Amino acid sequence: MRFVLNIVTARRISQVFFVLLTLWLCAVTTLGASFWRLSGWPVNFILQLSPLTALGTLLATQTWYAPLLWAVPVVILTAFLGRVFCGFVCPLGALNQAFGWLARRVTTNFPGARGAALRARLADNRHSPWQAAKYYLLVFLLAAACFGSLQTGLFDPLPLLFRSLNMTIAPVIDAGFQALFLKPRHYASAWLLFTVFATVIGLNMLRPRFFCRYLCPLGALFGFLNRFTPWRMGKIDDSAHGECGNCTLCDTYCEGACRPSGVLVASECLMCMNCLDACPQARMTFAGRASAGGEEHLPEPSRRGFLFAAAAGALSAPLWTIGGLADTGKNPLLIRPPGALDEARFLSRCLRCGQCMRVCPTNVIQPALTEAGLEGLWTPVLNFRLGSSGCQVQCVACGNVCPTAAIRPLTLDEKLGQGKFAAKGPVRLGTAFVDRTRCLPWAMERPCLVCQELCPVSPKSIHTRTTFEPIRFGQAEVVGAEGRRLSLSGLPKPTVNLGSGDYSLRPSGLLAMNSPEAGLRRINAFAWLESGQTFTLDAEPDPKQGWRLAPGSVVEVLVRLQKPYVDAARCIGCGVCEHECPIAGLRGIRVSFENESRSGPGRMLV
Amino acid sequence: MSGPETEGKEGGTPPEMTSGTTPGDAQELTRRDFLKRAAGASAIALTGVGLAAALLDKSGPPASDAGTSAKGLGDYSLAELRGKPGRMAIVRSDPKIAQPDRRAMLERALTALGGLGAFIKPGDRVLLKVNAAFATSSALGATTHPDLVAAVAELCLKAGAASVALTDNPIHSPESCFALTGIAEAAAKSGARVILPNENLFAPVSVPPSGNIGGRLIRDWPALAGAFKGVTKLIALSPVKDHHRAGASMTLKNFYGFLGGRRNVFHQDINGIIAELALLVRPTLCVLDGVTVMLTNGPTGGSLSDLKAMHVLAVTTDPVAADAFGMELLGRAVTEAPYIKLAETAGAGNADYKSLSPHFLDLGA
Repeated sequence: MRFVLNIVTARRISQVFFVLLTLWLCAVTTLGASFWRLSGWPVNFILQLSPLTALGTLLATQTWYAPLLWAVPVVILTAFLGRVFCGFVCPLGALNQAFGWLARRVTTNFPGARGAALRARLADNRHSPWQAAKYYLLVFLLAAACFGSLQTGLFDPLPLLFRSLNMTIAPVIDAGFQALFLKPRHYASAWLLFTVFATVIGLNMLRPRFFCRYLCPLGALFGFLNRFTPWRMGKIDDSAHGECGNCTLCDTYCEGACRPSGVLVASECLMCMNCLDACPQARMTFAGRASAGGEEHLPEPSRRGFLFAAAAGALSAPLWTIGGLADTGKNPLLIRPPGALDEARFLSRCLRCGQCMRVCPTNVIQPALTEAGLEGLWTPVLNFRLGSSGCQVQCVACGNVCPTAAIRPLTLDEKLGQGKFAAKGPVRLGTAFVDRTRCLPWAMERPCLVCQELCPVSPKSIHTRTTFEPIRFGQAEVVGAEGRRLSLSGLPKPTVNLGSGDYSLRPSGLLAMNSPEAGLRRINAFAWLESGQTFTLDAEPDPKQGWRLAPGSVVEVLVRLQKPYVDAARCIGCGVCEHECPIAGLRGIRVSFENESRSGPGRMLV
Repeated sequence: MSGPETEGKEGGTPPEMTSGTTPGDAQELTRRDFLKRAAGASAIALTGVGLAAALLDKSGPPASDAGTSAKGLGDYSLAELRGKPGRMAIVRSDPKIAQPDRRAMLERALTALGGLGAFIKPGDRVLLKVNAAFATSSALGATTHPDLVAAVAELCLKAGAASVALTDNPIHSPESCFALTGIAEAAAKSGARVILPNENLFAPVSVPPSGNIGGRLIRDWPALAGAFKGVTKLIALSPVKDHHRAGASMTLKNFYGFLGGRRNVFHQDINGIIAELALLVRPTLCVLDGVTVMLTNGPTGGSLSDLKAMHVLAVTTDPVAADAFGMELLGRAVTEAPYIKLAETAGAGNADYKSLSPHFLDLGA
């Protein structure tokens, strides 16, 4: 037997290569400088190959964004050689093919088992008119894109795979040994993302490459692009080969269910090359002529179906507008990553590939489930509770990995509003609002001020006003006094550390309207017994400031509170305050989208 | 799943060659077919390359897609008066008459100024800016009185105006506002057209800076530019009202109704925005209706007890002077509405209305 690289083997090697490349690119989409980090790797390369992304954004934005030029060679390749991408490149196609093979692997030697398996496989790979469904889906998606709503990424296998890897597979696997992330990642609605991915994979049990055959809009686009391929699969029937014996082994192994033994449905040929390998008489060829069995294009799609799909797609975008979610009805918590375009333009570009969510070092960028409405399913939204911090001031990673510039690739200068962007000011994501019913100093007479401490803006956008307020159950009677030491009775056991430096004593009833600190003596040390309480003050009480030390005089304990205020003109909405707020549930300070840079005129402040 | 037709496509027997074709012909057909397909494939590939080349975007989307804005809504002041003191007439009706006749007062004031023909020429297309902010009865004085609307519209048509339209972008539901204030009915009777603030009439405008005013607040801001299509003259018809935030709502505050969008953000700088409104558009004529003045609970009012009969109507070419006079009616100092001085500084008019040497006309005398 001659040793030559069988075309099917070559195809398998290519598929394995692109699956591994995809996994590698997913793994290196992690901030860092070492070679296995985001250090110049073309992390979007696979995504940029999709002509569907290029065409969808082209229809939605009337531009061809330069990084998507990689789709051009794919278009040329498909036009001349057919759906080579599906057979040799597409990583989701490869996974589908592998799982379809696994599901049909014959593991028993029982007599007849192999024959039965082959018959079942032949039935599974029979061409079906339902393969037209993906063309309807494609037309629907492109019609919606024409009206500014880009939904291709939900079904395009490349964003679908990246989204699934980024937000379900990678974090689940990495949670064990934490090679990618310092701590386990969180992704909202990961369950749903995985359900979709698992369904796509699981459907291979029903039919091999079910997704590719019936659903894949990218495959459908290739099915249009390969309309005139000069070279294509086909069988020959000539005297040299004799008549086709009708063994249907070609059909049995056909991944695309394109009926190679009969009238070949050329748009459906995935270029898996299995027929070439399966034909016992080497009758199948890849050549510049039509198959001897006849040839047709497209699996009998109906004109009515196309019109219906186009109308539905064209209507969906205006219908979503009616919901008002991109406009006046926008969810207050819909905070987009820094550099995100205004909502309408954002939705004309976002693929929901999850690259921004994958690369975000603090995991604050999350896939939206309901925040952006159905139209914005799995688009990026910031959630400062789930993340490990807020949006990092010195980070511009998300915009720089976004394959379509739905999040613009910002420079640090532009994000921070410095250099030539000084006049524009920093990019704002929203505004922090103090919830005075939940904030510790405002509502619970407890010092705190974590938000102000960690506000990264200079000057800080969170500032404070100091007050001294009598604490609950804070009154007691003087028993005796000696210098800075004061003995009291009647003070219930305090629930806070009165010697912490935040607390002071003052004669009760002293109205200190003009100077809130008049007469105050800070408590430096404190001892509590049921029988009596001893205070050491920072200075001797001064009768001139209203102190009466005769036994029985009443004094009260005050707490010094620094109450936080937000200077909205300086707040950039980074959410570090919200993330760090110790009120773990509904935070005492929360960011909503008001005053965000991307929304243009009508921001909260003038 | 496969129907009878697809069944027919199964199986491997090739279709018979048409009798009479030789193998050579078949080869020729194949060659021709190949070339045709190669041409088709090239067309697809070239379409891809061509689209990419034609629509290539190397720089990525801009931060904002705000288009180029128009500069303001236009200057409708009389050319011969620009740079000169404005003209003004103030009419007081007979205080003994319970329901003063606004038309008579208006005509008297206009006569003193040389008649409406001095301002409206035959063929002019006139826009009236009414205050229709609230869907309330005209008796409550929160909106421009329909009698005044009808009188002005009819006089304009009489002076030869080709058309008279009126508009406002009110707070309450527009249709209700125009209907309940009686303005729609007055317009219908007098031959004026009501322009409702349709969303597609709004376009972004900017106010160019003049001194310290302008260039700051109304920047690429949606304004009712569509209502000005073909308009050659603008007349503002404004009631005199208390306004807690602004000090008073009269002529210049009435221009807030030209703005769209989330215009309430401007209340953070109410004097700044009203001063910019004075630069946004320059009216031909301003009618300030002080027949009943809203002294309290403005600008909505809602009760007759908020109103006081003052029996006064002022007509002037200077919106700033109009408002300065309005403050006098309210019994307030001009400085209590700081936008008046700001508008004067910006060059929109004169805050000392007396320097216009107004005609004081008393119908009761």
